[in-house]
Amino acid sequence: MNHAELQMDAQGRLRHFLTIEGLSRQLVTDILDTAESFSGVTEQTVKKVPLLRGKTIVNLFFEASTRTRTTFELAAKRLSADVLNMNISASSTAKGETLLDTLRNLEAMHVDMFVVRHAESGAAHFIAQHVAPHVSVINGGDGRHAHPTQAMLDMFTIRRVKGPDFGRLSIAIVGDLLHSRVARSQIHALNILNAGEVRVVAPRTLIPADAASLGVHVYNNFEEGIRDVDVIMMLRLQRERMQGALLPSEHEYFRLFGLTEKRLALAKPDVTVMHPGPINRGVEMDSQVADGPHSVILAQVTHGIAVRMAVMSMAMGQKAQSGEGSA
Amino acid sequence: MIPLRKRAAYVIRGGRVIDPANNIDSTTDLYVQRGKIVGIGTAPDDYTADHEIHAQGMVVCPGLVDLSTRLREPGNEHKATIESETRAAAAGGITTLCCPPDTYPIIDTPAVVELIRHRTEQAGFARVVTLGALTKELKGERLTEAAALKQAGCVGLSNALLPLSNTQVQRRAYEYAATFDITVFIHAEDFWLANGGCAHEGAISTRMGLPAIPAAAETAAVARDLALIEQTGVRAHFCHLTTARAVQMVARAQYDGLPVSADVAAPYLYLTDVDLVGFNAQCHVQPPLRGQHDREALRAGLARGTLSALCSDHQPHEADAKLAPFISTAPGISGIDTLLSLGLRLIDENLLTLPEVIERMTLGPARILGLDQQGVGSLSIGKPADIVVFDPNQTWRVNATTLNSAGHNTPFMNWELKGQVTHTLLGGKLVFQRKG
Repeated sequence: MNHAELQMDAQGRLRHFLTIEGLSRQLVTDILDTAESFSGVTEQTVKKVPLLRGKTIVNLFFEASTRTRTTFELAAKRLSADVLNMNISASSTAKGETLLDTLRNLEAMHVDMFVVRHAESGAAHFIAQHVAPHVSVINGGDGRHAHPTQAMLDMFTIRRVKGPDFGRLSIAIVGDLLHSRVARSQIHALNILNAGEVRVVAPRTLIPADAASLGVHVYNNFEEGIRDVDVIMMLRLQRERMQGALLPSEHEYFRLFGLTEKRLALAKPDVTVMHPGPINRGVEMDSQVADGPHSVILAQVTHGIAVRMAVMSMAMGQKAQSGEGSA
Repeated sequence: MIPLRKRAAYVIRGGRVIDPANNIDSTTDLYVQRGKIVGIGTAPDDYTADHEIHAQGMVVCPGLVDLSTRLREPGNEHKATIESETRAAAAGGITTLCCPPDTYPIIDTPAVVELIRHRTEQAGFARVVTLGALTKELKGERLTEAAALKQAGCVGLSNALLPLSNTQVQRRAYEYAATFDITVFIHAEDFWLANGGCAHEGAISTRMGLPAIPAAAETAAVARDLALIEQTGVRAHFCHLTTARAVQMVARAQYDGLPVSADVAAPYLYLTDVDLVGFNAQCHVQPPLRGQHDREALRAGLARGTLSALCSDHQPHEADAKLAPFISTAPGISGIDTLLSLGLRLIDENLLTLPEVIERMTLGPARILGLDQQGVGSLSIGKPADIVVFDPNQTWRVNATTLNSAGHNTPFMNWELKGQVTHTLLGGKLVFQRKG
């Protein structure tokens, strides 16, 4: 079963939200437009719309997360849904209950939607293939495969800052592409939105095989990779990656691939700097850049709420008209 | 077991008898008596048949020989048993199969060999030969008692899918096996390069974000293994190769006169990493399905004979083993039911002739196992009557009803295949007959 068959219904509407891959430009734009209508909500004093009143959403997190889980929770609450947070550590699955058993037990509690984060690629697909027909699954990040709501909030942020024409933008994604589900989803989203150029920038140990087949230009030199770009999307580099055979040291990585103010000058003067968080200051980028005028890192977090509201309401078949709502 | 002298005499009439070992391909009658083949074309003087099998339009050939069949017993009887899998083998036309040592307990002592032999004889559906463990508990550190394992009946030694701890152990294990003229069966995969991956490293694994196994995991291992085969003089067999480059390296080694053989497992001739798309856990196999170029090279290698056997690499699983996110699923395909049909499909795809396909599934693997002198994989007069009769044109659909193995884990589910066994004789005993 391909992605489209699994995550879309017969009318081409979202049923689950598992991956950006294979979505139409129209649908991606619809999500961004819907998020735009909700973003009013997040900035008003009245912060709730009743779209998902009476619905139960379970945040099913098999992997630790603060930011993603919190913004999903806020998004669900602002849609008036009931939210249950389940942090299922590896130790409880080690007791012998399979993922499918966990799922069946929760389903028996009449859940309408699962937001799933899992350390294994394909976990959200697997769950979507096995849930009851009325249940929607939102992928909150699966292994190295996809993190589609993160990519959508990044697109939302770029559109806010740079306008709707992605065709004139050159975008560099920098860092640990090999292990990054965020990067994979960003690349699909940017290509669907017809971005002018998508570059990936990292030493060869952090670039997955045949990366160009994703529709990107590969750069191994940081200076060349960010020269004249409009947007730099930094990726998180986990510290444990820096002690194995992938990279020699934090020091050398920052020296060669760390984003400093000096290097930032190589990009376009109005370059936008993004990061999905959490940042390793002094490893991926300098504090001056993270906190500087080009950074939209905190705006990304804020946008995450509206984007997740959009995806959740659309997957539940409640395409919200606008943020005014009835509240 | 029924004593040989009491076994019924069968005459198989009017089939296309194909026996690559004896260069036979003709429409004729085959005579079986007291468990042995007693005549092709003409019956011996004192012959009287107890039963006739009408084989007009059928192919009559040696029972198939499968180089790698996991029976799951002892140790994993919730997946399958010797009884269930040898019964399925008979229905699939396989009369001799080779069980790798990764059972539980592991086949590292004669007692386990004996246990499997006993259970096989109780079931009575197929000949089962075993590979002994190359190292104790397959831990890759200490040698097993190879001479004792050989004496107990092991046809070779193998460390199954597990790595040896270092090249010194490997060298000594090969030397020790060579001392007793034992073939080592090698799963050529560098443990460190494979790194716990579950998909071929390439565009597909990149897109799906799956931990990947580079082609070099196989080629680096084959290069190292060939060096040690040359050093030690051991006879070696490479199990289920997957890469174009490894096939080329083995061809070169054979040309140079090294005593090496290799096989390919049927799924690798039809599937590639593209079939993983959608996280299809039925395509999770070890070693991984590789790219189109590799698949074509495996086909060509089988056609040329560099790969001299086509095997099932049968790994039956219970349904739950595949019900998890892709990475957590158990690797392996249940292949015993589809081996013959997937082999025959190569004829329609103009890769091999019917006698060639049969050769790769009978004489080819029998030679690798060193069983050809005993008549396994041939229809030689005076040898045990292991015979399969099949309808090469009968189509069937792969589904829960048609699969005989306890494991229904196959990526070929719902495929329409051609070629269906009607009768299987094991040592002159009818062990399978299709109903209806």
